Amino acid sequence: MIGAIEVTPAWYLVLGAALFSIGTFGLLIRRNPLVMFMCIELMLNAVTLTFVTFSRMVRDTGGQSIVVFVLVVAAAEVVVGLAIIVALLRKRPGATADDVAILEG
Amino acid sequence: MIELVVFAVAGAACLAGAVGVVASSNPVHAALSLVGTLFGIAVLFVAQDANFLAAVQVIVYAGAIVVLFLFVIMLLGVDRVDNLRVEPLGGGQRVTAAVVALGVLGLVLATLASTGWEATGAVGEVDEAVPDINQLGEALFTRYVYAFEITSLLLVIAVVGAVLLARRVRREEEIVDPGQAERQAEVTERIARAEARAGGDGAGNGEQPASVDTTSFGASDDFVTAQRGLGSAEGAEGLPEAEGERS
Amino acid sequence: MLDAVWLIPALPLAGFLILLFAGRRLGEPTAGWLATIMCAGSFVASVVVFAGLLGEDEEGRQFTQTLFEWVPAGGLQIDIGFLADPLSITMALFVTGVSTLIHLYAIGYMHGDGDFPKFFVYMNLFVFSMLALVLGSNLLVTFLGWEGVGACSYWLISFWFTSDANAAAGKKAFITNRIGDWGFMLAMFLAFATVGTLNYEGLFVEVGTLAPVTATAIGLLLFLGAVGKSAQIPLYIWLPDAMAGPTPVSALIHAATMVTAGVFLMTRVNPILGAGYDWVPDVIAWIGVITAFVAATIAVAQNDIKKVLAYSTVSQLGYMFLAVGVGAYVAAIFHMIAHAFFKALLFLGAGSVIHGMNDEQDMRRMGGLRKFMPLTAATFMVGWLAIAGVPPFAGFWSKDDILLFAWGSGGADAKVLWAIGLVTALLTGYYMSRQVFMVFFGKPRWEGDRPEPVPASVGAAANEQGEAAESDHREHTQPHEPSWLMTAPLVVLAVLAIAGGVLNLPFNEDVHFLEHFLEPVLGANEAEIAVSTGAKVALAAIAVGAGVVGLAAAAVVYLRRRVRAVEPEVLAHAWYYDEAVTAFVGGPGRTSFEAIAWFDAHVVDGAVNGVAAVVRGLGGRLRSVQSGFVRAYALGVTIGVVVVLGYFLTRVSF
Repeated sequence: MIGAIEVTPAWYLVLGAALFSIGTFGLLIRRNPLVMFMCIELMLNAVTLTFVTFSRMVRDTGGQSIVVFVLVVAAAEVVVGLAIIVALLRKRPGATADDVAILEG
Repeated sequence: MIELVVFAVAGAACLAGAVGVVASSNPVHAALSLVGTLFGIAVLFVAQDANFLAAVQVIVYAGAIVVLFLFVIMLLGVDRVDNLRVEPLGGGQRVTAAVVALGVLGLVLATLASTGWEATGAVGEVDEAVPDINQLGEALFTRYVYAFEITSLLLVIAVVGAVLLARRVRREEEIVDPGQAERQAEVTERIARAEARAGGDGAGNGEQPASVDTTSFGASDDFVTAQRGLGSAEGAEGLPEAEGERS
Repeated sequence: MLDAVWLIPALPLAGFLILLFAGRRLGEPTAGWLATIMCAGSFVASVVVFAGLLGEDEEGRQFTQTLFEWVPAGGLQIDIGFLADPLSITMALFVTGVSTLIHLYAIGYMHGDGDFPKFFVYMNLFVFSMLALVLGSNLLVTFLGWEGVGACSYWLISFWFTSDANAAAGKKAFITNRIGDWGFMLAMFLAFATVGTLNYEGLFVEVGTLAPVTATAIGLLLFLGAVGKSAQIPLYIWLPDAMAGPTPVSALIHAATMVTAGVFLMTRVNPILGAGYDWVPDVIAWIGVITAFVAATIAVAQNDIKKVLAYSTVSQLGYMFLAVGVGAYVAAIFHMIAHAFFKALLFLGAGSVIHGMNDEQDMRRMGGLRKFMPLTAATFMVGWLAIAGVPPFAGFWSKDDILLFAWGSGGADAKVLWAIGLVTALLTGYYMSRQVFMVFFGKPRWEGDRPEPVPASVGAAANEQGEAAESDHREHTQPHEPSWLMTAPLVVLAVLAIAGGVLNLPFNEDVHFLEHFLEPVLGANEAEIAVSTGAKVALAAIAVGAGVVGLAAAAVVYLRRRVRAVEPEVLAHAWYYDEAVTAFVGGPGRTSFEAIAWFDAHVVDGAVNGVAAVVRGLGGRLRSVQSGFVRAYALGVTIGVVVVLGYFLTRVSF
């Protein structure tokens, strides 16, 4: 019965899609820049999961290679992004994404 | 069967973590939820015979990146709680965001369904007997060596940039932006109005953990009053971007 | 010789320009002499061109000289061109001739006026415009002259504009003329839209292709213009008021030249009138004859010496339109020329009387002037007999021609037209005789504060005084003859009034000089009548008889004073027509104007402003999208991503 249910690669794809959409939702909802960043990481992880799944489905190592690169780039991105956030929040503690509106004029 | 259980548990962990990231008002909780998600992803990697990647995921992502996040959180004292009840941009933002997210999900599912839940691309030849790490190494250092080298360059640039950006500069003069006070007041008023709409349950006061570095900012730690306080206490300061550029 | 056509309008134009810039420096009387010489030169040029035309044979009597291209606008090609053909040269001859005489007269009449040079600036410009009108080779050049004479008429009527009445008279003339001009313009638009050209040559060639409706429309619209310019019912109201201008102006513009422009126009476009419906000439004839009759009735009760002549002009113009309406174009032109002579003569004589009476214009205060101004009286009486239709003066031949053609025109109402014309001739004799008797005969009735009148032999030798209306300085207090500057033109015009009949005597085909000359222009549209010679003689006798009866009646009333004068109030007030127009324009007219103005302000402007308001409102709404909140922008981006992806995925995969 339960054992007869087979986990096809498609399940992973669905899970990846779900994670991605949750990440999108969070990016649009949260105001705290750090949490927004975390949502971006979430989306990236969903993508890596999808890539790995495809790599297995299509039997091509390219998928896993891409995941390596995604990881590297994500790391670089996090470094720079957090540096920016540090610089930002040091100046103006408690700033949120909405405060960009102050720049108008 | 084993796979099913593994998938179920790992999947649950991923989803729970994701929801936790989005729904936690405390950034530290969000970071920890992210860790949960990352672990779940790693497990799923293992389930798909991507052992090396699972290890790398844990080491780099969960071990380095999230720790970096936590460092910043603690450094800046941004661990005060966001007020999630308020949405300054109006309720339409949340609803539309939900709709959009569901739309993305639906699109992907529809695409998958259209292909009959199978991959339709060309199937490559991969010898299942060779371990994944060998295959990966071979691919990385032969076919993708160029990209590999460039990513290393990228990392160097990122480090340099980060050091530059996060420097603290002692500056003497201040740039005065004439309209800043009004704009600040306007944003503050907007937030106040949004809060009043949401019932005005207080300006999101939570516990105010001690922050590590308090030298360069003055007034209260309260999220909203800090907003308001900015206009009076530090109203005449230049913009952070400008500071970042000059430093 | 025909190439000199351009000189005819060019000389007065040169005079205008010179006087415009140097007139004040030239001063009196040099400015006046310059203007007169320019007109005389123009007359000489007209004679030269006339001789040139005579040198051609009948078929070739048409010469177009194009100076330059004026409006090269795609399908509309208008040149500044002059057409020298029998009709235009006839007009040019008498316009320039009479203008020269009147300019000469004006040098004497306007003596002492502070604006002496300005007067001649306007006069020369007027002559130029009139010549452009008659010599134009297309409707637009004619219209240029048409408008020009209208403008000069305005300036000259209100020449002494410091008086409100004069300024108002000028305005009235211009505005009433404008209504006619509107008709002219519509006719031009219609002609261009249907035929594609405004050239007379082109128009008349294509006139056969015009639908009768179109030809009728063009003809009637041009007639509307003529009604305005030539003071017919219902647009005649400006002409009596135009007497506020100096007398030379009245003589030149409102007797001899400008007011005849309407008749000229009708004659010029006779092919178009011929191509329209049959009732179009009837309309023209009836309006003409009714105007003639009504104006004559009004003239019977007027006391201002110039107003009588003004209404008389309206009446005689009515005769000309009657002639046009029954197809007697030659008779119309003939009467126009004769009328130019004797009406100018009468006006100049009236001016001489006014001048001699120190600006007195009321006939009730004149009388017995022939003892003091014998030359003026003699010439005036020549004009009187001419207009009354007494043979052998010019007016008899021309008026008789008109009545003859009216009788023989063959329409159902021919006899009625003739009868009304006849009654009008009677009234003409009556009111003109009344004027002569009141002014020149009888006992002197002027104010008693003058010293004992001195006979003319003493007075004529004295210098005349200035005419300025504002001056109350009187050097001489008795009526006297004016200087030779003013009497010489009177004599010349008197001779012309006597001899002018020679142009188109009815006795023999051979002496129909005018008719033969104008034949190439009029062609088949000139009516042919079948009236026996006996009938012609009888009709002529009846016409003369009517004039004489009127004369005798006036003599009985005003000379012998046997019968009391009948001058009803309603006639003195011109049938209260002016009051009716004022009431209409002030009442229902004003209401409709205000309604239209309201419509323009609210609907038309409202639509335009409404568009602006809508745009503004829309802009205001759209502006709120730019809130400055990046999360909203991010949301927008994501929505776009979903939409685009959705489009591509659904389009491609399903």
